Amino acid sequence: MSYISVKNIKIRGMAGCVPSRVEENRDYTMLSPEEIEKYIAATGVERRHCAIHDGSICTSDLCQKAAEKLLADLNWQKDEIDLLVFVSHTTDYKLPATAIVLQDKMGLPTSCLAFDITLGCSGYLVGLGVVGNLMASGCFRKGLLMVGNTQSEYASPEDRSMKLLLGDAGTVSAIEYAPEGGDEINITYMSDGSGREFVILPDGGSRNPVNEKSFVMEDCGNGIRRSRLHEKMIGDEVFSYGTYYIPRVYKEMSEQFDINPDEVDYLLLHQANKFLCEKLRKKLKFPPEKVPYNIQEFGNTSGATIPLLMITNLKEELNARPLNLLAATIGVGFSLGVAQIKTTGNIIVSELQMI
Amino acid sequence: MDLNEFVKLFAEQFDDTPAESFKADTNYKSLDEWSSLVALSVISMVDEEFEKRITGADIRNCTTIEELYNLVQSK
Repeated sequence: MSYISVKNIKIRGMAGCVPSRVEENRDYTMLSPEEIEKYIAATGVERRHCAIHDGSICTSDLCQKAAEKLLADLNWQKDEIDLLVFVSHTTDYKLPATAIVLQDKMGLPTSCLAFDITLGCSGYLVGLGVVGNLMASGCFRKGLLMVGNTQSEYASPEDRSMKLLLGDAGTVSAIEYAPEGGDEINITYMSDGSGREFVILPDGGSRNPVNEKSFVMEDCGNGIRRSRLHEKMIGDEVFSYGTYYIPRVYKEMSEQFDINPDEVDYLLLHQANKFLCEKLRKKLKFPPEKVPYNIQEFGNTSGATIPLLMITNLKEELNARPLNLLAATIGVGFSLGVAQIKTTGNIIVSELQMI
Repeated sequence: MDLNEFVKLFAEQFDDTPAESFKADTNYKSLDEWSSLVALSVISMVDEEFEKRITGADIRNCTTIEELYNLVQSK
């Protein structure tokens, strides 16, 4: 288990952007209405915001729109930004890094450090740890942490386990060096690559270059068909791993950082699916009113779920008062993170943007 | 926990199938109510009762409730 504590930084603002285009799960024609209702009851996903994946809306576009709005709301000047980190599995190009593309497209100074982190569900907590530690020394004053995904692109239309689950979103968190009165952030991570085969897009990387077989739709049982260029997820393996390890990591972390659950305002669970989240909520012994959801409207947006949840469900409270938040996430990798984020209030949360 | 108790707990993961349908040698994946969701509930039950983790592959590779019980015991 790796623990980190970040001090001397403050989350000043947050913003999110989703595609305006909505896919209603009840409109899906490859399942009967009864099967769809069962699916919705289990996963919690009623609809998702999904881009048309023709290059017109990429994750970077969602993050950029959110960031432009947030900078205006915060009255931050672009030439003050000295750090830009983009966390996603859906980058504009294989190279260069999307963060560097965004530096230019947004007109951020060339003096800023910009780089990508390729992670999915755990992206926000890893990004927060990396950005937080880079900034804690005071070398960087104003940073943007962008976390998003448009991975509905990778869902096979004939794979309900992915097609009806994945939504697209981009988020940005504005983080400032704050040697006094900063947030208190403690994070614990686990990485276990033995789970790589359970959430994977097999072809198209260097290991399995695209070839003619990559495009062949294969019968995967249970009426599911996908190619090797679609994302595959073995849901029961993610569930088995997450429900076993998150409570154990949380327990160790509670001892390490002396966390009192009664003092926690909200437990923010990665919006993987409702069934998994509810199992975790009960195992961690949190009452429903402390565990917000937005999965019904947005689906699973991978690394964006935790910041998006803060934006859609805690907008006023993040501004009005300090919050003691717990966040937990498990996903592709496997990469797992559990965090305590004690904010200091006055966080500007922009209205959710759409393009 | 003995095998009979395990069979009883296993049966509790189902809503509609009567408890008397479950025996140690029941081929659980052949039950009408068997579903991916029930499989997840079984994974959870083992975690809660035994503090052990079984995987999706474990559930797929076993046939009878007794086989799964033995697998849990061996972990």
